Amino acid sequence: MPALSIRNLSKEYVRGKPVLRGISLDISDHGISAIIGPSGTGKSTLIRCINRLVEPTSGEILFEGQDVVKLDRRALRLARRHIGMVFQEYNLVERLTVMENLLCGRLGYVPPLKAWLRKYPEKDIAHAFELLDVVGLSEFTNQRADSLSGGQRQRVGIARALMQEPKLLLADEPTSSLDPKTSVEIMSLIRDLCRSHNIPVMINMHDVELARRFADRIIGMSQGSVVYDGTPAGLSDEQLKIIYGGQNWLH
Amino acid sequence: MTSASRPNPFKSSAWSRAGWVALALYVVYACSRLEITWARFMVGLDNGARFIGRMLPPNIAQPDSLAKGLTESLEIAILASCLGILISLPVGLLASRNLMPVWATWPARMCIALCRSFHPVIVAILFVKAVGFGALAGILALMVASVGFIGKLFAEAIEEISLKQVEAVRATGAPFMNVITYGVLPQVFSRFVGFATYQLDSNLRNSTMVGIVGAGGIGGTLFSAFQRFDYDFVCAILLSIIGMIMVGEVLAGWVRAVFLERGKVEGE
Repeated sequence: MPALSIRNLSKEYVRGKPVLRGISLDISDHGISAIIGPSGTGKSTLIRCINRLVEPTSGEILFEGQDVVKLDRRALRLARRHIGMVFQEYNLVERLTVMENLLCGRLGYVPPLKAWLRKYPEKDIAHAFELLDVVGLSEFTNQRADSLSGGQRQRVGIARALMQEPKLLLADEPTSSLDPKTSVEIMSLIRDLCRSHNIPVMINMHDVELARRFADRIIGMSQGSVVYDGTPAGLSDEQLKIIYGGQNWLH
Repeated sequence: MTSASRPNPFKSSAWSRAGWVALALYVVYACSRLEITWARFMVGLDNGARFIGRMLPPNIAQPDSLAKGLTESLEIAILASCLGILISLPVGLLASRNLMPVWATWPARMCIALCRSFHPVIVAILFVKAVGFGALAGILALMVASVGFIGKLFAEAIEEISLKQVEAVRATGAPFMNVITYGVLPQVFSRFVGFATYQLDSNLRNSTMVGIVGAGGIGGTLFSAFQRFDYDFVCAILLSIIGMIMVGEVLAGWVRAVFLERGKVEGE
């Protein structure tokens, strides 16, 4: 039973110039699926269509028995609680503390007055402390998010997404703003956490080596269509040439 | 080689010289129309000196009236500021074009523009007609002024926030109010505190004036002292207003320290 089924998804930002051309994919309910491809090929658009941060032009996105594309505002909000997202630029609320940023993950479940007063259920707070421990940021609990380094911020971002106890994790270029060593640490963290919590992951990335190393499945996109869908092992140089075009960058 | 062979680097164009001449001519003409003459100026200086002589030394002729007027002005300023701040929060939010649909921003922005159109004294006159003489009119007038000022600046501050943070909170499935509380407010809170304390100070000064049209406060005491030619009492009132404004500055600084310091530590 796939966690996510995408049927014929299309997106045009400008009429007549589709960025996504009828994409159809099934994302399995475990493991990491990495989407690779050149800039502008629609990778980010695809990820953002799934939780409708970008509105699809046509197609279906079946998640938990519902077509996300057709949901009204309230139903969409409820569905988004089950989809966690990690962003390229972390998108933390800079002026809030690390703990408050983590608790943002529960905002879909806490009523506005309690959220304002920071009165979260005990189990949420306990869960937050656990996650902080796992990502190694316990000593930063009450520090403002903008005092953290890039890698630390992304850890908070991942923890925030996991606070939602999501059924699917989306990651839009989570390591593009990080140095190579930190990128590997973040990818390991994502892989380990999602494995232990049984959460399927869909990552969009531009670092092919990183994708090969951490993904269970690689989806290569070129000009809005899927041109490769298989294991990292099967991703040959020939395939990469088809995805990216040109070969000077390969060696 | 003479300097005459090099062009003068400071030469101004004929047009700008003509402009200055035209301006000077106009000033002379306007002064003659308004009867601004040197003779009047000299007489005025003499009158001014005598006036200051009558003001000094300051004399607290009616201490009860002075104390009552001052405290009333302070109360008007604080109440008007609190009410104005409370109202300008939702109004400013509704007026921000990056977060709200057109049917919300339009009325909110019109409301703010209306509040800003008139000087507080004019608004005070209107409220005195509406609710009668006294402090209530003054409070309402300054509340309107506060909403106009804080609301406009607050809306502009919200329009400058990073939408990425808002997007992330939205993506967790948070309802609208939670998105505002966690995604928007933390980004603008410290600026909001700045606007609010500035308006508190401004209201303190305005509260001394609305009394002149009967809306309560020290303005009324000042005006009647003036009309009775009690110039030394006038001087005492003016000095006490200066004292009150200084108290207000300390108050505003304290408010800023409390809210912005907490803001840094607890991230509110």
